[in-house]
Amino acid sequence: MKANVWTGRNRLEIQDVPDPQILNARDAIVRVTSTAICGSDLHLVDGYIPTVKKGDVLGHEFMGEVVEVGPGVRNLHVGDRVVVPFPIACGACFACEAELYSVCENSNPNAGIAEKLMGHAPAGIFGYSHMLGGFPGGQAEYVRVPFADVGPIKIEDDLPDESVLFLSDIFPTGFMGAEMCDIKPGQTIAIWGAGPVGQFAAASAFLLGADRVIVIDRFPYRLRRVQRTGAEVLNYEEVNVLEALRDMTGGRGPDACIDAVGMEAHHPTPAMYAYDRTKQAARMETERPYVLREAIMACRNGGVVSVIGVYGGFVDKFPMGTVMNRSLTIRTGQCHVQRYTEPLLNRIRAGEIDPSFVISHRMPLSEAPRGFELFKHKQDECNKVVLTP
Amino acid sequence: MTDRFARALGWASLALGAAQLTAPRVVTRLCGVDDAPGATAFARLVGGRELLHAALLLGAKNPASWAWTRVVGDTMDLGVLGRAAANRTGARRARALAALGAVAGIAALDTACARRGTANAKGPLQVRASITVNKPREEVYRFWRELENLPTFMVHLDSVRTLDERRSRWKAKGPIIDLEWEAEIIDERAGELIAWRSVPGTGVSNAGLVGFTTGPGGRGTVVDVSMEYGAPGRKLAAAVARMFGEHPEQQVRDDLRRFKQVMETGEVVRSEGSPEGHRALRQLRQRPAQPIGGRA
Repeated sequence: MKANVWTGRNRLEIQDVPDPQILNARDAIVRVTSTAICGSDLHLVDGYIPTVKKGDVLGHEFMGEVVEVGPGVRNLHVGDRVVVPFPIACGACFACEAELYSVCENSNPNAGIAEKLMGHAPAGIFGYSHMLGGFPGGQAEYVRVPFADVGPIKIEDDLPDESVLFLSDIFPTGFMGAEMCDIKPGQTIAIWGAGPVGQFAAASAFLLGADRVIVIDRFPYRLRRVQRTGAEVLNYEEVNVLEALRDMTGGRGPDACIDAVGMEAHHPTPAMYAYDRTKQAARMETERPYVLREAIMACRNGGVVSVIGVYGGFVDKFPMGTVMNRSLTIRTGQCHVQRYTEPLLNRIRAGEIDPSFVISHRMPLSEAPRGFELFKHKQDECNKVVLTP
Repeated sequence: MTDRFARALGWASLALGAAQLTAPRVVTRLCGVDDAPGATAFARLVGGRELLHAALLLGAKNPASWAWTRVVGDTMDLGVLGRAAANRTGARRARALAALGAVAGIAALDTACARRGTANAKGPLQVRASITVNKPREEVYRFWRELENLPTFMVHLDSVRTLDERRSRWKAKGPIIDLEWEAEIIDERAGELIAWRSVPGTGVSNAGLVGFTTGPGGRGTVVDVSMEYGAPGRKLAAAVARMFGEHPEQQVRDDLRRFKQVMETGEVVRSEGSPEGHRALRQLRQRPAQPIGGRA
């Protein structure tokens, strides 16, 4: 089958690889009908997430048709149409019982590697490094889906792929980012990053009752897109974000701040950017945490900083003093997608939201490397790329 | 105790090494050798050597046996200082002799520490690990007590065959030789613990204890395993570990992870990067995360 394969830093190739086969009784094989490129794939391609290997198949946002099930799967049948959550979860461990699916205790066969870097191991993730399992991803014609009786959600009505595909990651991720803010009526939420996840976080914040949403980015086309959700926008290359947020919130600061950017942020001041960029290049820190620092500084006293942008390792110059002295709460996590698929599918069915609004590019899987280029360099107003095998 | 002693020697090495590297002249003067050509450079070299000792003694898991490296260093220093004292007169000779005395004293301490370290290393090798399984204690105990189940998660075991209530025959498959031994249960309390040991004279000397306790707040079962490999078994365990490229402690921890998977999900969880499931050796040499060919 054809698959999008990582062959080295910033190098991707469509290669012929073997078809997947059932390895565990609770596996299913899914023929991919739609898959997408995620912002967090860029961290892998850049080589900023450790333990990616040459030959790895990427992709963790995908859906398709079940073509084979293992003997342990009773709720899915050949021909079922499913969306597959990106974290792999067993459904039986302590974490899964607590609905903390992205930290499933059983789904990462390389937990030992992750423990060395992180203390304890999170769940396995499709196409997301060996420290997170060494599972092939969904930018391929077929995927083996472990614990197929737990994760995949059946789509039984005629909703098109494009409306439900993002249940696999970015819609639930944006939604969880907003949910972690514990939004109350009348509140103002600031969101860093107007990419697809930031756009979903903005839409979700409104769904959850936020009064105002302010989104910060530097790409006018992305800011325009997020404005359609009803959000106000700030271009950080034009204004001082901290001052602007203070002015817009009567001097108090946003009630909650969402970091939807993560480890490869940019900074308008060249010297500040150079500082962390150099340390990152020299592998002295793994992150460029400008957004995280700024979100913490901006948040009102006693507010919540919700981190859904991906971080991989260690952050320098972390303003713990302001977190502690101003009673901030930091909430974060890879999205526990399985917790959200059902309720969010219902919202899509009810017409509250159509997630396909983020799509800017559609292309065949064979053009995935080009899709990555467009998406990474924000060319051609690229916002979200959907690939079809 | 021995380890703390060894660590203290490590700190001494660090201090001496730092002094020799930053102020080599002070050191050469104290030893009465500041008149020799190249004395400063030599002092710096010795300082580097001391830092190496410090790294070994402060960084190693069982530092005491690394004190032998200090003994070697001491012997070298004694030789150098002895020659220096013999070739000098007056105040320099007195200083060199004082330094010689000090080094001799330190050498005695180092030797004592190193010998104790070596003696400890000859004792039985003990390994411990624990994990929490999200299943009731009775169920977890029963699965383990059915010894023939063990190879499903102890990958180094080929088979376990029960001979009677207490005795069983264990087979382990190695890449070079297969091992076979008989084990007997020496203590058991239903739902709480199982203790076993190899029957003397069957070629392998090991013993194990697995305890089952209800997790805090009644959540799941905490499984604690300790294994002991006796003096002859220790060598064997080390050899087996080398064959598999794994440390026995790592093996037990991996076994427990797989045990948890088997109990909670029904089987060992596999990925294309780690097709055998969780295993330390495989984590060093991952397959690429792409489907495995050769469909059956």
